[in-house]
Amino acid sequence: MKKVYTRPKSLKDAPFHYCPGCGHSIIHRLIAEVIDEMELQEKAICVPPAGCAVLAYDYIDVDMVEAPHGRGAAVATGIKRVRPENLVFSYQGDGDLAAIGTAETFHAANRGELITIFFVNNAVYGMTGGQMAPTTLLGQKTTTSPAGRNAARDGHPIKVCEVLAVLGGSAYLERVAVNQPAAIKAAKKAIARAFQHQLKKTGFSLVEILSPCPTNWKMSPVESCTWIDEVMSREFPLGVIKDSKC
Amino acid sequence: MGYTLANAAMLEDKYVTYLPSYGAEVRGGTANCTVAVSEEEIASPVASEPDFVVTMNQPSFLKFQSILQSGGLILVNSSMVNVSTARGDIEVVEVPTSELAEQLGNIRVANMVMLGAFIKVSNLVSLQLMLKNLPEILGEGKSKMIKLNREALDLGFNYLKEQT
Amino acid sequence: MKRLMSGNSAIGEAAVLAGCTCYFGYPITPQNELPEYLAKRLAEVPGGVFIQAESELSAINMVLGASVAGARAMTSSSSPGISLKQEGISFLAAQELPAVIVNMMRGGPGMGNISPAQSDYFQATRGGGHGDYRTIVLAPASVQELADMTARAFDLADTYRTPVMILGDGMLGQMMEPVTFPSKKKERQLAHADYVLSGAAGRPSRRIRSLILDPKEEEEHNWKLFRKYQRIEQLEVRHETFLLDDAVMAVIAYGTAARIARGAIKRLREEGLKIGMIRPISLWPFPVKIIQQTARHIHDFFVFEMSTGQMLEDVKLALEGSGYIHFYGRPGGVVPTPVELSRIISRHYHQSQKRKK
Repeated sequence: MKKVYTRPKSLKDAPFHYCPGCGHSIIHRLIAEVIDEMELQEKAICVPPAGCAVLAYDYIDVDMVEAPHGRGAAVATGIKRVRPENLVFSYQGDGDLAAIGTAETFHAANRGELITIFFVNNAVYGMTGGQMAPTTLLGQKTTTSPAGRNAARDGHPIKVCEVLAVLGGSAYLERVAVNQPAAIKAAKKAIARAFQHQLKKTGFSLVEILSPCPTNWKMSPVESCTWIDEVMSREFPLGVIKDSKC
Repeated sequence: MGYTLANAAMLEDKYVTYLPSYGAEVRGGTANCTVAVSEEEIASPVASEPDFVVTMNQPSFLKFQSILQSGGLILVNSSMVNVSTARGDIEVVEVPTSELAEQLGNIRVANMVMLGAFIKVSNLVSLQLMLKNLPEILGEGKSKMIKLNREALDLGFNYLKEQT
Repeated sequence: MKRLMSGNSAIGEAAVLAGCTCYFGYPITPQNELPEYLAKRLAEVPGGVFIQAESELSAINMVLGASVAGARAMTSSSSPGISLKQEGISFLAAQELPAVIVNMMRGGPGMGNISPAQSDYFQATRGGGHGDYRTIVLAPASVQELADMTARAFDLADTYRTPVMILGDGMLGQMMEPVTFPSKKKERQLAHADYVLSGAAGRPSRRIRSLILDPKEEEEHNWKLFRKYQRIEQLEVRHETFLLDDAVMAVIAYGTAARIARGAIKRLREEGLKIGMIRPISLWPFPVKIIQQTARHIHDFFVFEMSTGQMLEDVKLALEGSGYIHFYGRPGGVVPTPVELSRIISRHYHQSQKRKK
């Protein structure tokens, strides 16, 4: 019998704790696949977030250190400056990266830190129970915007890639999704491209990944995937936002 | 001026502390520093009753003459300070520091003129040693200014020598 | 060779000579000479890293990253900035990562001012951030001690894998005194480097974490930290005594306050008053034993602090009701002169002598 697929070496043999239809498991696997394919397992150091993916170290089999909520880019900066030969990446959600950690992210990008951030945008605070995130869409109902996000009261969804693109230190910014096979393939390519940028020392790299959260969106997994195509990606258009020469 | 004095005292193997004012008040106004020089270990860098006060402008003169003990000595830059309001129980030594510095063509060495005068009055450190160690005391950045600073120290020192 | 240096700069030089290669900080008075010194000095050090961070929060977390990557790392700030660093200090303690944090205290609370104060004793000695932990706190009283204790702080941080704080104030940071440094740079001796993240090459991957969802496991982690703190309490207490042998009153003061007290005591000794001093050098662990021993032959203790009375509580705890405690505090950035302090001590001294008769 021909083996067509196997669990990546960098992915631990442990069942994911994530909800059915959640994007984290796919993203974890994609990162592990790319680490394997680029032979980076022995070089990689990961900074997992506060949030559902805080347990990433139970799954992705590389060195890991937890950062306080929002400080992933600062911790990654400290590691990378001491160990420039290692591959350093953080994995952060929308609250972690674009609310409490905005300053850390913005300035790490501006300094052109040679780190990679995987920014999982699911438009809500997942682990704490579905509160409004900085990327929640206008009109989207969450537990803290029960009547829907109102721009006058809550501000606008933040387009992280577009904001970081204007900074001199950012080298590679792409927005992808993990809601259907073609998108997942593109996401994997973006992850590899981001690591290439880091290894070639061109500057700061970030991949924003639109990811379904059926539980907090109060949708079925299939509805969630459709919603990303029909609603979410209108606000957050997919594609390369910045790709400096590499 | 205080830093130069402290450095000179250290090179004479004396105990010394130098306490600057910092923050908003760095130049002008009543920016000040406290220097303690001693043959024994210095307990507190904060001076309760300084033996000498040196003031370069009017606001400092008004503010700091009060901390002198009765019988204490205050040096003033008489180019800038009107001493008519001086306490009656302290000794006032006037040095036209700014004018003397202008004689050397550089008002910025007024402080060194005053330091020369202060060394004459206080006898805390040796002028000869200070002149000798000046390159070390002032540091690399000021190497071009050694000659001018020596002249300034001499001028202040000799101004009071001639007075007495 | 002796060098006339400010306390802030002396910490910088001492840190480099102790093998510190990473500094992360954010400007705040009265400690700016330290980052300024290191911005220049670390550029000469192989692998030297200096980053002026976007905030104190970032700075302490860069320290965390550098520490877990295996470097000797430090940050510094003054009171309001130290409040911002508390989150990171709690994580360093929980994740058992070495780091050195310098606090050049100023008047507070809130923005306060930039004058020397001892307002953050509680914050420093009680952990400071959230959670059940302690931080080693060293309180130097001269520029030479700032230099010596910086080197010691790095060693303690390594030995116990825990954050160590150097607690100074604006005066110690700003004042200049002659200082000598070790002639040779020290190489770091890391006994247990099994926490360092370098990539999982030839070994299983490591994870350094503080999230422990199982309460029983978290409890065990807390007890493990507690046992470490007990070892520190047994082994790392430091203090100095001054003219204590024949004294009938013991002043207790640390840092700048101890310098002023020393000046006051010298004057009072000339007047024939039998006064000595205990100067805590480690504030946590607090020198409980020497205070208890002293209480066997001295009844009167005079606590002097540049605060409304924070170390005072530790003295009370140490005395456990024995002795009589006098207190004089000057908060808000006021630094009394030795003469002013000597008058206060003298009054208390004579009152207690009268009471005894």
